[in-house]
Amino acid sequence: MKKSNWVMILGSILILGLFLFPLWNIRLEAPQYPIPLGMDIYINDFADEHPHDIKNINLMNHYVGMKYIPETIPEFKIFPTVIIVMFVLGLLIGIKGNYKWFMTWFIVMIVLAAAGIYDFYLWESDYGHDLDPKAIMKFTNPDGSIMGFQPPLFGSKDILNFRAHSYPQLGAYFLALGIAASFVAYILGRKEQRKT
Amino acid sequence: MRKLSYFILSGLLLAGMISCNNGSKGDKKKGALGSNAAEKVYVAPGEYDEYYAFVSGGFSGQLSVYGLPSGRLFKVIPVFSQDAEKAWGYNEETKPMLNTSHGFIPWDDSHHPDISQTNGVVDGRWVFINGNNTPRIAKIDLTTFETTEIIEIPNSAGNHSSSFVTENTEYVVAGTRFSVPIPQRDISIKEYKGNFKGTLSFISVDPEDGGMDLKFQIMMPGFDYDLAHPGRGASHGWFFFSTYNTEEASTLMEVNSSQNDKDFIAAVNWKKAEEYIKQGKGKMMPAKYAHNVYDEKTHMATSTMKDQVLMLDASELPELVYLLPTPKSPHGCDVDPTGEYIVGNGKLSANLTVHSFTKMLAAIEAEKFEGDAYGIPILSFEDVLAGVVEQAGLGPLHTEFDGKGNGYTTFFISSEVVKWKVGTWEVIDRAPCYYSVGHLMIPGGNSREPFGDYVLAMNKITKDRYLPTGPEVTQSAQLYDIRGDKMELLLDFPTVGEPHYAAGIRADIVMKNSKKIFKLEENEHPYAITNEGETKVTRNGNEVHIYMSTIRSHFNPDNIEGVKVGDKVYFHVTNLEQDYDVPHGISMIGANTSELLIMPGQTETFVWEPKQVGVWPFYCTDFCSALHQEMQGYVRVSPASSSIELSWSLGED
Repeated sequence: MKKSNWVMILGSILILGLFLFPLWNIRLEAPQYPIPLGMDIYINDFADEHPHDIKNINLMNHYVGMKYIPETIPEFKIFPTVIIVMFVLGLLIGIKGNYKWFMTWFIVMIVLAAAGIYDFYLWESDYGHDLDPKAIMKFTNPDGSIMGFQPPLFGSKDILNFRAHSYPQLGAYFLALGIAASFVAYILGRKEQRKT
Repeated sequence: MRKLSYFILSGLLLAGMISCNNGSKGDKKKGALGSNAAEKVYVAPGEYDEYYAFVSGGFSGQLSVYGLPSGRLFKVIPVFSQDAEKAWGYNEETKPMLNTSHGFIPWDDSHHPDISQTNGVVDGRWVFINGNNTPRIAKIDLTTFETTEIIEIPNSAGNHSSSFVTENTEYVVAGTRFSVPIPQRDISIKEYKGNFKGTLSFISVDPEDGGMDLKFQIMMPGFDYDLAHPGRGASHGWFFFSTYNTEEASTLMEVNSSQNDKDFIAAVNWKKAEEYIKQGKGKMMPAKYAHNVYDEKTHMATSTMKDQVLMLDASELPELVYLLPTPKSPHGCDVDPTGEYIVGNGKLSANLTVHSFTKMLAAIEAEKFEGDAYGIPILSFEDVLAGVVEQAGLGPLHTEFDGKGNGYTTFFISSEVVKWKVGTWEVIDRAPCYYSVGHLMIPGGNSREPFGDYVLAMNKITKDRYLPTGPEVTQSAQLYDIRGDKMELLLDFPTVGEPHYAAGIRADIVMKNSKKIFKLEENEHPYAITNEGETKVTRNGNEVHIYMSTIRSHFNPDNIEGVKVGDKVYFHVTNLEQDYDVPHGISMIGANTSELLIMPGQTETFVWEPKQVGVWPFYCTDFCSALHQEMQGYVRVSPASSSIELSWSLGED
């Protein structure tokens, strides 16, 4: 088997890292929380960074009328299925396919990842803006509109007394490496094609 | 200036009284003022102290937790006295902790804390402390800093020579101050001699869960047993008790028990006691004593009444106890870190007597006895004497060691701490105390490896040292730096109750084990709830049980109807929080008890017996959150004849 095929196989295996490591982390810092509150987002779960963090985030957020972070969301079924399918396809392409297939897999993955990030953004936006009208505390922006509490998609941001951080975690790096590997496989495959 | 002149005056007086006092005290005072003492005790905001100090509250019955070197108070742990702030002895869960064979007792006199040890070194798992008045030993768990066990000591009265641990916490040991008729009976006080007896109690400690059990007692002659310390190293397996009133007087004790030139230090071979027990030489005798255990899972205490104790009679069992003559009613009985030297602090003397464990063994081996007391061999003073710290001060009480070859002894009458060298017995340094020091404490001092950085002197009198507060003024402790050749006074700080004695330990050994919350899923309280869906109110005759929850910032339920005059209403309140430092409190108007203060994951119960018809409020007493002031509710109380059914709700309009 050609080198490019091996790289493609490696790339598709790498994306399985999503099942081992969190994809993303949202962390809230405030003076009263010398140990910050954090939530690790896995491909199939929301998990406490420290014991009871999500419960305590919910308790904080109910004052401004935010909904509780759900136990589960439909994405936790969809995302793992998509990743498993893409892994199997990647493996098959790696064994049987050529560089054109590698490129196709790469593009599909980029599209899926973008869709995932957009979905995450929609959830965050809803979570940050769909507030209980009977919220204990209501805040408005300087322009008079109701203040939202959406955490940043990527980066850090001040939200009232908290500083919120949102950054990719090890799972996301595995995904990125996997996708990058398929592109490398494509380049290698094309070179190998020209030599023969 | 006034202080200084007082100081010089007292210095002069002392110089006149004690030949070895060379009047150098005045210079030291200046030295302390001229140094950077403030820097040495300053712990910057957000920083931690180096040491925990567990300081007994004396007649407050409690145990205070301070940081050293700052002298900041962190917590007062309720032990033997009711504490309305924490509902200790008021809520249904902890009332059994204060049960005794005499019934519920809301107070005691807490004296000598000691930290558990492993291999002769403080391990920071538990603190033990004695209740003096109604003899008891308590255990404080250093993961929760709460009292989790109290065992009563039968056949004891004035439980003073307690509570000291052996080097692997095999036992926590207690001795009686008063001798009494054993078993108790109706006889004339004049029949004291020969009829009154003392006991020394050995309470085993389970190495896993710390469970205490009164394993055996040793019946002793009718002396007063004052203080004690364990042997360590070579002398591990022995325990040493100071005695006074070997005269066996029962009245005008200040005169009549001060007649003998020498009293004794009793050396008890507890390994030998264990052998005798194996051979069946102990006798079970009837006794009534309470054993109270707090369960961290059920958050409740249970009190069990025991009915017998295993007794070994020192007069009948040879090689169990030997008596070491020690001058002048010795008070403190202290053992150096090597276990070789046993210091008898003869409180009516100017000298300190130091016995040698090796010499004691040799004298026993050679059977060189001077006589006996009720069949217990008395060794000769000269045979066991290691040395004398001559004319060190007036009224020596207690000695601790720095682990660097020095002893530090407090002198009550001359009001000072004196540093002396172990082996040469020469006085090296002295530092005044303000005033009349009792115990002193070096962190880890009762172990093989003291942390010899500081000595804490605990004073009996403060007089003019602080802003006056009427006739009753604060009690206080004083911190000295002992890292250099000279002791340096760093800090005075006020204490809770009488700072009788203390035990100290390096903070890092303890703080890593300190719990942040109780896990809700581990809560096994019979009236606990794990979520707000389980809240309810039930009736059983005139007993009403409210299964209530607290979480920021509401009670669930917060509206309750159907309670009637004459009902006994139990509020079982579970704090559903699982976040560090988010307790909730609750108090009910007219309830004849204290508030509750409930830690995250914990359930506590108070009882309210409403006597008047009406609508009565309750509220959260601990400032828990931004909406703390809104954390409140109502109970409707109807006449006894009312037929209104129980109902409860939260958030229903």
